[in-house]
Order: sequence, then structure tokens, then C-alpha cells
Amino acid sequence: MAIIEIEGLAKSYRVYQKKEGLAASLKGLFRRRYREVQAVRGIDLQVEPGEFVAFLGPNGAGKTTTLKLLSGVINPTSGKATVMGHVPWKRENSYRRRFALVMGQKNQLWWDLPAQESFRLHQQIYQIPPAEFKQNFDELADLLEIRDLVQQPVRELSLGERMKMELIAALLHSPEVLFLDEPTIGLDVIAQHNIQQFLKYYQEQRGITILLTSHYMKDIAALCRRVVIIAQGELKYDGSLTGIIDRFSEHKLVTLQFADEQPVTGLSRFGEVVNDEYPKVQLRIPRSQVAETLSAMLDVGVIDDIAVEDPPLEELIADFFSQVSNQSKATGQDADDSDRMS
Amino acid sequence: MYVRVVTWWTILRIGLEERLVYRADFALGTLMRFLPIITQIFLWAAVFETVGGGSVAGYSYENMVAYYLLTMMSRAFSSMPGLASGVATQIRNGEIKKFLIQPVDLIGFMLLNRIAHKLTYYMVATLPFAGVFYLCRGFFVGGWPPAETLLIYSMTLLLGFLLGFFLEMCIGLISFWFLEVTSLLFVYMLLNFFLSGHMFPLDMLPDWAATIVDLFPLKYLAYFPAAVFLGQLEHAEIIRGLWLEIGWLLTFMVLSRLMYWYGVKQYSAYGG
Repeated sequence: MAIIEIEGLAKSYRVYQKKEGLAASLKGLFRRRYREVQAVRGIDLQVEPGEFVAFLGPNGAGKTTTLKLLSGVINPTSGKATVMGHVPWKRENSYRRRFALVMGQKNQLWWDLPAQESFRLHQQIYQIPPAEFKQNFDELADLLEIRDLVQQPVRELSLGERMKMELIAALLHSPEVLFLDEPTIGLDVIAQHNIQQFLKYYQEQRGITILLTSHYMKDIAALCRRVVIIAQGELKYDGSLTGIIDRFSEHKLVTLQFADEQPVTGLSRFGEVVNDEYPKVQLRIPRSQVAETLSAMLDVGVIDDIAVEDPPLEELIADFFSQVSNQSKATGQDADDSDRMS
Repeated sequence: MYVRVVTWWTILRIGLEERLVYRADFALGTLMRFLPIITQIFLWAAVFETVGGGSVAGYSYENMVAYYLLTMMSRAFSSMPGLASGVATQIRNGEIKKFLIQPVDLIGFMLLNRIAHKLTYYMVATLPFAGVFYLCRGFFVGGWPPAETLLIYSMTLLLGFLLGFFLEMCIGLISFWFLEVTSLLFVYMLLNFFLSGHMFPLDMLPDWAATIVDLFPLKYLAYFPAAVFLGQLEHAEIIRGLWLEIGWLLTFMVLSRLMYWYGVKQYSAYGG
């Protein structure tokens, strides 16, 4: 049975629309114009227990809105969702004790106090039995290597250390479902890597279900087997990370290393020359024509080495995102930014 | 029940710890509040000198200063610095989400936090307060009131604390509908200053004004406890006042609940 079931979930906001200038501001005092912004437009999704799913999408695609819907912060405009059998926006305590939401840009800890105090508070709020609390805390503190830091006021911690504390605070009550909104935002490479390693290990150990949004491809490649792409509030792709390449990539990158000193000309008839640092030349070639192009190219000159690769994932996804936003501009749909609402 | 008490105690304890982080700022802030006392004493001295001694609207100079000192005491319980604006900020910047996601109640949490806030204040302020009252003991011409009055007096102080809390809570919760409540809060502070009796004893007002003020809840925040202590009120007036105060308190408790409930509904429908 699916642990998260989403059916036709949609959320639109009403935003006050202000025109430029003082006159317009004065007018706005009396009559306000609102614009309907559709942040999420009917998403269907099922997540099985123990899955680690990544939400991918440009800013304002509706990722954060979806997480907010699932954690019960906001009500949907239409559609259904259940998490562990609970309707999130009913905000029952029995649900709230079983999940956690971590937002990379939001701080849940008491700023002026040592993190230990926030943990104690969570122990009480979530009614964690002392033995379980101690065991969970010890495990998390050791995994994240922050034991010496829990006595230090949170404001004195680095961003990476703070994120670790946030994660501990969120995991002390052993949630079965965890929502992570950009958990590595603004962190340096080492801190990012630490958090990734931790999440990977913890998720495998506990078998909990995690939904993650991130802009870092590395996070997603390291953690998630399943990727859901959301753009313009709609689900555009649901599958494996490598599947994205099959689905969205129409080209392969072919790198040729020539043996000749004399430059070979006329390569552009095979495909677009992406990089020309003779004797090393890179071409972009339609996938369907790779085989025949390669054999044709062998006649052009003496080739030392050939490499055929998929284009980098980041590039593919960036292409896809800009395609989507161009389409929507063409059809006059709203390009909205739901992150602004956070 | 035991579990709940432990939870409350933890929230309270953490609130206390947080208040004690900035010790110097806190102590200084507390002590600075005693400065106006001196100016007020001089002000009333000047007023009474101009009218040639005697009494103003039934208050002698000594009575007036004693009254003023007692309103300071009332306000030490009923004033809620930063409560409404704090709630408003939480709603505006989205911190309120915490209370939607975690199994903890915003109003209960804020109440415990405020109790912690007050307790730390008393820890710092009790000694200076005692000093001021000792130095000014000459103004209390009636001496100590009887034990029964003292008991009712402490009740009015506690009720004043609760009323002040729920009143300001409601004002803070307004920002679910209007994001900015600064001007509203300013108006409230102004009304509070005059209608609570902080500025002058309310029984100095002409009858028509006194009747209006009597219907307002604000007088319980400063005037009422002071008047009880000074023996200005008849027994029946005190009982009536207490019932009215409890009525107001229940009104604002229910109102804050309703506002929170509808506010969250509105928030989750439009904002979030």
C-alpha cells in the first residue's frame, strides 16, 4: 500500500496585484485587484513506504507548495491526498507526531540557546519517552558528529552545523515520513556531502520515506532512485534519474581526438561543433544518427580516440525547464513563483 | 496530566533561559522603567502646589503618588511588551508554520513563554520595586490594607496578567487578516495609557466619561488593582468589578481561540 497518495491535487493562491507608481498605490487603497496564481495544477502521485523521492523543478514550479500541502500547512483548492492514511490539512496530532518537515531556509531552533534545549523541547512536544530520546539523540549526534556543539548557542554555529541540528530536531521523534525542502541550500561542498551521506545512511537504516526538493543535482544523484519533475505546477516526469536522459536527450556528445597535425575541415556537416580545440573536437549529434555518423567520420581523417557520451544531466534539465517556460509564455499561462509565499 | 505538566514546565524553563541570555540588556531595561517614577512624583508635586495643597478630585498629594506607584505594580503584571507585535511578526514571516506542523498549541505556548518572561522580570525587579516602595512609604498614609484586601489585590493582579495577555494576543492575531498591525497597536497603547488609569485615577473623570471607561476592559490593567489596594472601592463595587473582569477575560480567551482558528483557516487557504 502506498504511504503517500496524491490525486488531482491543486492549489491556487490569490495575490494582490499592485501596479507601479503612487497613483496606482492610492487606487489600491480602495479597490484591490487580485490575480489567481495556480501553484499546483492537479498532481497525481503515489509513493511507497521506504522510497526516497526527489522533486525537481525550476523556482516557482510548485515543489514547495506540494510539500506544504503534504505537511498540512495549507489546504488544497481541490484534489485529495493522504499520508499514512491521514489527510494532512486536518492537522491531527496523531499525524503530526509521525512526520517532520525541514526547510533549508527556515530555522526551527531557539536562536539564543544551545541546540540541546530545542531538542528537550521537542522531546516534550512530541512526547518521546526518555529512553527512546536518549537512544535517538546518541545515534544522530554520533552520525552527524556534533556532540561537542549541542551546548553552544545556535547563533554561534555555522550554517552546516545548524542544518545538522535542524535535522536532529526533526528526527528525534522517529518520523516515518520526512519532507526535506532544499536541505543543502547554501552549504559548502563538504557540508553538502556530509548531509547527503547522513541522509542516505539514515534512510537505509530506518527505511523511512523521504520526499526531497533540491537544486543540487549531486544531492539527487546521490540519494534518490526516483525523480519527479514538476514544472508549471504539473507533473512532467516520474521515473529514474537515468530515464531522464532517455526521455529528454535528443543528442549525444561525440568527442574526437585526431592524430593528424593538419586541421580537418568540414566537420560541421556531421553535427553542431560544440568545442573545437584541434586536435580535440566535440560534436553534438542526433541520437538516431550516431552510428552512421561515426562510420562516416572515420573517413575524414586519422582518429586516435572516440568518446560518445550523454550530455550532462544539469544541461538536459535546464534545457527542459526553459522549454517549458517558453511554451507557457507562448500560451500565455502564468509563470508563477510559489516560493515567494514561503 | 503529569506528562502535560512536564511539557509546560519545559516550555517555561526554556523561556526563562532565553530571557536570561542577554542579562545586561535585560537588567538595564528593567531598571530604566523606574525612572518615570521620579518625574511623576515631581509632576504631581507641582500640580498640587499650584492648586494650593488640599486635594484634587478627592485625591491628596500623598494619595496620588501612592496611586501612581500602585499602577506601576499593576502594569508589572498586565503589560505585555512585544507580545502582539511578536505574534504579528511570526504570522508575517511564516514562523507560525511551526505551530501548524508540530503538535503544539500557539496560544498555550505563548502564554507559558509570557509567564517565563514575567518571572524573569520579577527576579530582576523585585528588589528595586521593594526599594522604591520603602523609600515612598510615607505616601501610603493609610498603611497596609487588611489581609482580605491584600488577597483580593493579588487576585486582581493575576487576573490583570491574564486579561492583558489575551487582549494583546487578539490584537496580534489580527495580522492574519491585515499583515501590518503597528498602527493598530499604537492606538491600543494610547487608549491603554489613558483608559487603564495609568495616566491618572479613573475616578477623576466626569461621570459620563467614567461610565464609558467602566464598560471598557482596560481599567483592569492598572486602575482596578490600585483602587482595591487603596480602599477606594466599596465592597459591592469590588465584587462587581471582579465578575466583570472575569467576564472580559473569558471573552478574550474565547475570542483569541476563534481568531486563531479562523486565522489558520484563512492562512492555509490563501497564504502559507
